Amino acid sequence: MATKSLKKRHSDLANSNRQLDILSNGIFQSGALPKFKDKIAETNQFPIKAKTLEILQINVGYMCNQVCDHCHVDAGPDRQEIMTKKTMQQCLDVIKTTGAHTLDLTGGAPEMNPNFRWFVEEASKAGIKDFIVRSNLTIIRANKKYHDLPEFFKKHKVHVVSSMPHWTKGKTDKQRGNGVFDKSITALQELNAVGYGMPDSDLCLDLVYNPSGAFLPSDQTAMEKDFKNALLDDFGIHFHNLFAITNLPISRFLDYLIASENYEDYMYQLVEAYNPSAVANVMCTNTLSVSWDGYLFDCDFNQMLELPVNGKVKHISDYNEALLKGRNIVISQHCYGCTAGAGSSCQGTVA
Amino acid sequence: MSKTYYDPTDLRKFGNITEWSEELGNKFFEYYGKVFEEGALSAREKALIALAVAHTEQCPYCIDAYTKDTLQRGVTKEEMMEAIHVGAAIKSGATLVHGVQMMNKVNKLDG
Repeated sequence: MATKSLKKRHSDLANSNRQLDILSNGIFQSGALPKFKDKIAETNQFPIKAKTLEILQINVGYMCNQVCDHCHVDAGPDRQEIMTKKTMQQCLDVIKTTGAHTLDLTGGAPEMNPNFRWFVEEASKAGIKDFIVRSNLTIIRANKKYHDLPEFFKKHKVHVVSSMPHWTKGKTDKQRGNGVFDKSITALQELNAVGYGMPDSDLCLDLVYNPSGAFLPSDQTAMEKDFKNALLDDFGIHFHNLFAITNLPISRFLDYLIASENYEDYMYQLVEAYNPSAVANVMCTNTLSVSWDGYLFDCDFNQMLELPVNGKVKHISDYNEALLKGRNIVISQHCYGCTAGAGSSCQGTVA
Repeated sequence: MSKTYYDPTDLRKFGNITEWSEELGNKFFEYYGKVFEEGALSAREKALIALAVAHTEQCPYCIDAYTKDTLQRGVTKEEMMEAIHVGAAIKSGATLVHGVQMMNKVNKLDG
């Protein structure tokens, strides 16, 4: 298990251009597999256009207390990219006026941003209907200063969404690091103790499942049932929904696919599972991703590939929802990850 | 022509069998798909049965396919190995139970 980010290791794949080269050449250049653009054109869905904004997703920094094998952010303790208070203020100006019904804070571990609590307090005043914080759970147990996070989340009615790759220790620790499972279980129990995830509670606690290897997620509903039974029986844990998310072939997951000689087979799986009806609802059509330094992207994946939004508005300081609507979404072959099977998004399946 | 009897990439071409016998091929795949849907047994239970049978049939394509399928359904490696032991136990039991036939024959011929 790696303990450093690709960037810190000076890996070739820390370079987004190198990742895009891999995704555009080889099996896609030879014609063995169709490029995403051509595939969606078969059903007259090219170009994909942004609809009305519903979800504003803000990445407050790439620093994380974990170094998960498949992290698409290449996050870790060694990452220094952290959103400043100035950029947060610019985001708040937008949060106060946006038509989006969901605000989604992500990272890294967003809680590690030194201004995280101030930002949550200020953002919660805007009264956005659904305010999500993507918490990796272990951060709650990482240090005393984070132990009160469940109460803090409750106070601001934050919707907590957390990664949990499996209901067993072995599979979870393999993907996310030794000891992650036990800490995550404790954190979930603490969240339950303040009311999160309990049946009929309006304190939402959802889990995100993404596969631990070079395979696609199975049926979200069936997985949710298995997760709920196992976590309740073994640990007395409750949660609300499970989002099954496909690993996109970028960053550390791409590195893993290549190193394990699974890259081609995985791309075949994604293309074979292509579902044209998922294209209509891919998250980039209703989501905007803001990077730690305030730049705008169609999704968190495009942010990591450094593929900025099309159009004049490039930065949160120039934000204009009307101008962003209708823009052509920037695509490459990684987009097959969001259109496979029942589709995949930060909010789970889409088809 | 491949120099080996089995090529992992041939699994992707399974659907091509329909090209030379469309009606039967389509009927087979329709039946196959239906069998693995959620029913009185869950799709997960069916995938584990398929994994065990894939081993008793010693079909490398099926082993690849149902190893991946069970992984996708969150099945653990311990569960997968136990399922294979069920198949192996039936295989060995099926061999050994014929020992009774051998014993009957011995008793008849040389009893």
